Amino acid sequence: MILGLDLPYWASTLIKVGIALVAVPTATALIVQTFLFKTMAFMQSRLGPMEAGPHGSLQLMADGAKFVQKELIVPDHADRKVFVLAPVIVLISTFLLYVVVPIGPGAVGEALDTGIFFALAVSSISVIGILAAGWSSANKYSLIGGLRAAGQLIAYELPLVLAVVGVVMLAGTMSLQGIVHAQSNFHLFGSSIALPFFIPQIVGFVLFLIAAQAELTQPPFDMPVAESELVAGYQTEYSGLLFLFFYIGEFGTAFALAAIASTLFLGGWWIPLYHPSGAWGDVFGFGVLFVKTMLVSFLIFWIRFTYPRLREDQLQAFAWKVLIPVALGNLVVTAVFKVVLH
Amino acid sequence: MSSTVSDRQRAAYIATQAADARVNVEIEAEGMTLNIGPQHPATHGTLRIVVRLDGEQVLWAEPIPGYMHRGYEKLAEVRTYPQITTLVNRIDWLGSFCNEVPFILAAEKLLGVEAPPRAQYIRTVLFELGRIANLILFLGDMGVQLGAVTPVFYAFRDREYVLNLIESATGGRFHPNYDRIGGLKEDLPKGWIDETKGALRHVRDFCDEMETLLLGNEIFAKRCRGIGVIPAHIALEYGLSGANARASGIDFDLRRDEPSPLAWKDADWKVWTHTDGDAFARYWCRLQEVRESTKIVEQLLGGLPSGSIQAKVPRIIKVSAGEAWVHTENPLGEMGYYIVSQGGLGPFRCKIRTPSFSNVSIVPWLLRGVFVPDVITILASLYFILGDIDR
Repeated sequence: MILGLDLPYWASTLIKVGIALVAVPTATALIVQTFLFKTMAFMQSRLGPMEAGPHGSLQLMADGAKFVQKELIVPDHADRKVFVLAPVIVLISTFLLYVVVPIGPGAVGEALDTGIFFALAVSSISVIGILAAGWSSANKYSLIGGLRAAGQLIAYELPLVLAVVGVVMLAGTMSLQGIVHAQSNFHLFGSSIALPFFIPQIVGFVLFLIAAQAELTQPPFDMPVAESELVAGYQTEYSGLLFLFFYIGEFGTAFALAAIASTLFLGGWWIPLYHPSGAWGDVFGFGVLFVKTMLVSFLIFWIRFTYPRLREDQLQAFAWKVLIPVALGNLVVTAVFKVVLH
Repeated sequence: MSSTVSDRQRAAYIATQAADARVNVEIEAEGMTLNIGPQHPATHGTLRIVVRLDGEQVLWAEPIPGYMHRGYEKLAEVRTYPQITTLVNRIDWLGSFCNEVPFILAAEKLLGVEAPPRAQYIRTVLFELGRIANLILFLGDMGVQLGAVTPVFYAFRDREYVLNLIESATGGRFHPNYDRIGGLKEDLPKGWIDETKGALRHVRDFCDEMETLLLGNEIFAKRCRGIGVIPAHIALEYGLSGANARASGIDFDLRRDEPSPLAWKDADWKVWTHTDGDAFARYWCRLQEVRESTKIVEQLLGGLPSGSIQAKVPRIIKVSAGEAWVHTENPLGEMGYYIVSQGGLGPFRCKIRTPSFSNVSIVPWLLRGVFVPDVITILASLYFILGDIDR
């Protein structure tokens, strides 16, 4: 069902793919323009891009055009097929993330019953792409960066999942749409109230943001691409369109993870005391989700611009010795909470 | 991990693999050679470092300077004394004025003249402004090396005020070329002293900001504390100077310890030392050094003597045969000029002792057994400038 039309499966799928092809680059552009260009510039007391368009608003189109024009340079000793395929794998993982995020009461790419499980699963696919990029580049910096990225992404996958499990326990469902409904209609002592999950799951929310930051390989967890030592990590040898793919992968995923975070913890498309429905509800819900997503993205990028990076061993120790125990403790508390209060 | 690699083996590695600029992935049982530089984002300039890695751990490291050698010592031999300040400006390009002063002092020593007190005061003030302009960049750049991008923009923003001051006094932002034998090019412009007060306030605010933004940051402390520890005796053996030595607990500052015609003795300030000797201590020492510099500038400008800025010197400067050695406490450490004159228009031999060269010599000792990210922390905290190493 798309906007009330009952289309055959192939047609609706085709439309969804078309929407995704537009939505992901647009989201990336928004994130990059708003935060990476402008917010970062203001935080660093400079102007950022100002020349292309009013206040540099067309800078990204100029950059995109530049990337497309550039020659694709494949190093001599690189494993050519893997080298070209690696950014595509990263990009696929980003696109798949957008499929399950509900943007309105009736608008979701694919309303999976195991939506959040699917999202977490596909977000890990990018590890393969990054490792492949690091290995196939025939560059020592890339290799070190790729290995660091693989170690880091696997380590931070656990706190990410554990942070989500708390929400799933409260909501009693893995469907993202179901989680939104659970927040608008939470059962407490037999009565039902509106309760965004960041209130009972504040620990989970913080854990999710930290782990998401690490999944995005952003400071303070950007050891894999640490530009002052590894040049650009696994991206070192990439140029032109393939580099653009990594770029879209990184910031598209940032937007998607922020959207998932706001769905899980801030109520997604729903706001208290107002229950729109139908096509208008979808449009309204999209607006609400967008504002929430931008707020969460702002948090993520604010941290990115402020903190220095952790060393690789400190970063691993932080995941295994701090985040995972805290996440497990949070689960125990949530379970007790669930049993006692339900 | 076999850490006993003989010097001969090391030399063989450098000669065979490392000297080859092409870097390929190679898998060997005993590790991987990684070539950092001469073109690399972390080496501000063109320092090349060849490291042998076992996983992420450094077995040995070898700095290879010389990619920016410009031969100033040799060039100085074919120039007259007044011409040489233009050359030496470009040694430590972040605090250029500080390079001129010891050379001019050495030339004055040979010639037997001394600049009037007003000139000495202005020299000292500009020397300290050069120190601020230099060290402010370090204070921000250290953040970039550790992954925090924002501090360096604040550094450049506030450095601008200092550079503007230097420019309005000397006419040159980067290369003032303001010092003359026996005095200065010209007097300070009108209103300069009031302007300085505003700029110094910005500098102090910057220091406070860095203290909270970086020094107060847990991750920064984690990355710097206990990293690259230099014990005092090792620092002395390698001839470290400046904040690198002071961070190891060596109470050594030529501004205080060496009698000098410059006006440091007339100001009330303090030499800060730290006992830890790690990267954190080096950062802390430089932060305090900037604060002390602002104090010196303020006090000296408060008591600026009036009078001439130029002593009487002959139109064509020709010194008698002799030798002179003058060293001062530059932003990076001890900088000195040893000038041998045979009675001509220019020096017969001019040996330049630069702090960065000695400070970098400790790198092989310091990098043994550390992790790759710490290599960058250590290099950044040692704070060298390539022009100062290679000159």
